[in-house]
Amino acid sequence: MSSAHEKPVDPDQVVLWSDDYEGHDVISTRTFGFWMYILSDGMLFATLFAAYGVLSYSHSYYTGPTPAQFVAPWYTFIQTMALFLSVLAYGFSMAAMKTGSKAGVINGIVASMVLGAVFIGLDIHDVLRMISMGVTPEVSGGLSAFYALTQVHAAHIFVGLIWMLVMLYQILKKGFTEDVVGRLISLRMFWQFQAVMWVFIYVFVYLWGYMS
Amino acid sequence: MLVNLPGPWSPLLGRLALSEIPYTNPILAPLFVIIVLAGIALVVGITYYGKWGYLWKEWFTTVDHKKLGIMYIILGLIMLFRGFIDGLMMRTQQMLAVGSGHNGMPLMGAIHGYLAPFHFGQIYSAHGLIMILLAATPLLVGIMNIIVPLQIGARDMAYPYLNALGLWITAAAVFLIMISLFVGDFSHNGWFGYAPIFELAYSPGVGVDYWIWTLELVALGTTLGSINFLATVVKMRAPGVTWTRLPVFTWTAVSANIIALTSFPCLQVALALVGADRYLGTHFFTAGFGGNLMLYTNLFWLWGHPEVYFVILPAFGMISEVIPTFSEKPIFGYITMVLASFAIAGVSWIVWLHHFFTMGMGPYVSTEFSVATMLVGIPTGVKVFNWTFTMYRGRLTFSSAMIWSIGALFLLLIGGLTGMMLSIPAINYMVHNSVFVVAHFHMMLLCIVYAVFSAIIFWFPKVFGFKLNEAWGKIMFWLFSAGTFLVFFPMFMLGFMGETRRLDWPFNLQWAPWFDIQEVGIAVYVLSVLAFLWLIYVSIRDRAENRVGADAWGTSRSLEWITDSPVPFYNFAMVPHVNHRDEAAWRREHGFSDKRPEKFAAIHMPNNTPVAIVIGALTFVIGFGLTWRIWWLTVAALVLTVLVMIYRSGKGDPGYIITAEEMEKMDRESRQKMDDGHAPLPKGGGYTGGTVTAYSAEVGDPGSQSTPPGNSRPLS
Repeated sequence: MSSAHEKPVDPDQVVLWSDDYEGHDVISTRTFGFWMYILSDGMLFATLFAAYGVLSYSHSYYTGPTPAQFVAPWYTFIQTMALFLSVLAYGFSMAAMKTGSKAGVINGIVASMVLGAVFIGLDIHDVLRMISMGVTPEVSGGLSAFYALTQVHAAHIFVGLIWMLVMLYQILKKGFTEDVVGRLISLRMFWQFQAVMWVFIYVFVYLWGYMS
Repeated sequence: MLVNLPGPWSPLLGRLALSEIPYTNPILAPLFVIIVLAGIALVVGITYYGKWGYLWKEWFTTVDHKKLGIMYIILGLIMLFRGFIDGLMMRTQQMLAVGSGHNGMPLMGAIHGYLAPFHFGQIYSAHGLIMILLAATPLLVGIMNIIVPLQIGARDMAYPYLNALGLWITAAAVFLIMISLFVGDFSHNGWFGYAPIFELAYSPGVGVDYWIWTLELVALGTTLGSINFLATVVKMRAPGVTWTRLPVFTWTAVSANIIALTSFPCLQVALALVGADRYLGTHFFTAGFGGNLMLYTNLFWLWGHPEVYFVILPAFGMISEVIPTFSEKPIFGYITMVLASFAIAGVSWIVWLHHFFTMGMGPYVSTEFSVATMLVGIPTGVKVFNWTFTMYRGRLTFSSAMIWSIGALFLLLIGGLTGMMLSIPAINYMVHNSVFVVAHFHMMLLCIVYAVFSAIIFWFPKVFGFKLNEAWGKIMFWLFSAGTFLVFFPMFMLGFMGETRRLDWPFNLQWAPWFDIQEVGIAVYVLSVLAFLWLIYVSIRDRAENRVGADAWGTSRSLEWITDSPVPFYNFAMVPHVNHRDEAAWRREHGFSDKRPEKFAAIHMPNNTPVAIVIGALTFVIGFGLTWRIWWLTVAALVLTVLVMIYRSGKGDPGYIITAEEMEKMDRESRQKMDDGHAPLPKGGGYTGGTVTAYSAEVGDPGSQSTPPGNSRPLS
């Protein structure tokens, strides 16, 4: 006889069905999933960093220019500030959401978008400047990796701007529904994560590149 | 920016031209005609029987995890067949082509055998890619899709719409690789590709482009799926399903999806960089201009090795469900089983270099990767011993699901031990790129296939409400095993005799007898395919006799076996409260098997959506447009995709409510439709009748000092 038979479970006491189960929390489930996406995006950047690392030896630049000859850290510093202020503005927007202020959220997101657009504008200008100098991805493996890393980040920022635009429309049309709030939280994670990636890019690509 | 193409290009059709359709090829042209005719017959048939509405409503727009899982499995089985046909063609080529010179029977313009080297190259490339990413992966994802929510007591996956999206993007990848048969070529550089031969200068055709975009689409679909699985297990567990009560299969799904989530981005980046080289003229992997050839190989296998554990871990999980059920014992060493899964997942990240020891990274790096590779043997060994100890003194029932699982253990043993040999760099240098390696990883992948067939037979009654035919399941097993033996044991031999992989012309006449044996093995495999089809036919024909109740095997253990068979679309009428790790066994033990919920509550279910299949179709168009460099089409499809996503985001899904009264009615109907709930207990092995009592005791359980399972059941 198994021990379970010696101490039988009382059939009147046992709980077999969860009568008062409320189901899962939609926003927290959504947020967890977005964390998972951020993790995979982190791996994407890690791989690009690895490629940049492997392709940043002096021979990787073939006979073409090295970053020291074309990056402009002070110019890029303005980009950095634009992105950080954009994240800050988004943070204000999220603080306003806690008080339920629609105007505060919208203002924050608009400010965040403007600063994000400044970042993208400066990036495009910088790329055009480098291309006019003959610094293009086709020149060498090193430059290919430089462009891949920086422009994949810029593409993420661009997607973030489209997302913000969509969110502005949804806030105005629907107000703070469960879906909209969940999306705003996910967008915050996305935006902050892109800023963190930019810190690494600024340090390893622009500053390090300038000094080496 | 855009590279200059060798050959014509037009803005409207890109590189596409009528000459790209191989209508003169004596294999592809008839195949194309057959497929078109079959397609027309299918369309006419569906129209005649008026089933389009049914297909659209019930399948194409569904977000039900079980139906999506079934479609994943069908997709996987079709691609398994396609990959098998590729294998058959390769075996036949080598059998015909072996010899020192012209073998006197030139066919189809080939000097040796019947396939020209370029064609042969496409076949082995497609075979590898299909088998790993479009057969094994969808089969495993499909089974996880069906079973994981059931095992944790959830009504669906965390994101039902994302689940559908993953399926249709994977389907888009399947369509892309299938269309490469009839429009243009496929890559001939092996399934993992070699730098720099995949560069535009050396592979000017569209084959490599097909390869890039097929892989990118699968990677995208699988990443979305892995996010969904992790969120489901973390957030959707029913009350009482604590982490230590998760079934081992769900644990392996968690560990596997952590691998998938973190490793697939490496593949996506590696291939995007190949794409940049081919489309934009960058120099990531070129032989000159500062490119680095081995960077590609490293990035690819940085994904590639975690990927092989992504496919093997769920297979281990399936074996871990089947063996306890048919041993009538709880899994031996549950905690070590879980830890071993995560150990394998962790080590998978630090072994990738063993795929190319011959890169020549020096003794220290080689040693590190050699030792790390050997470490994999420890958790895997733990698992094998746990399965063995589960069977030890158990009441074994050698049902067809069980023998497929036991077969998987044998293949795992052979594959594992040859893997240990290959982990030693000194040996690896000798057999690198020989068919010995090919035979080794086929043992591992066939271990997965065995586990998948075991799982399909095991869970089929849960999903469809009737069992598959036992006798034909066993016949198929023995045919398949004979085929495996006859094809791959000669391959080990040939590896030692020095045959390198991917030979369209094996020149050494002494190999001829081994190729002949392999061809016999392939013929036996063909018989096993027929046996499988017959198995499906016979089982559907006799379904009335094989209907099952909730507990289909009478000895089942985990939570999915307490709900009705077939599983109703809402999974559980009431969310269960879980009291034990082996909930079904525990309820059976305590006489609660027949208890049904008395109180019902309203539930919230997601609506069907056509958005997922539309986005899937658009991603196919994007892949096709990129492959043929039809820029307007690519951009249009991309913009449309984004617009559809925004539209769906704006619309949202309010879902719908099933009231408590409706739920009660549906539960009653589901009960009546089902068999009486008392499946005939399995016959055979050590089964002696009586009620089944063995269930695993947990720490802190009342009376957790259980007696040996052999004595735990009163004998009748």
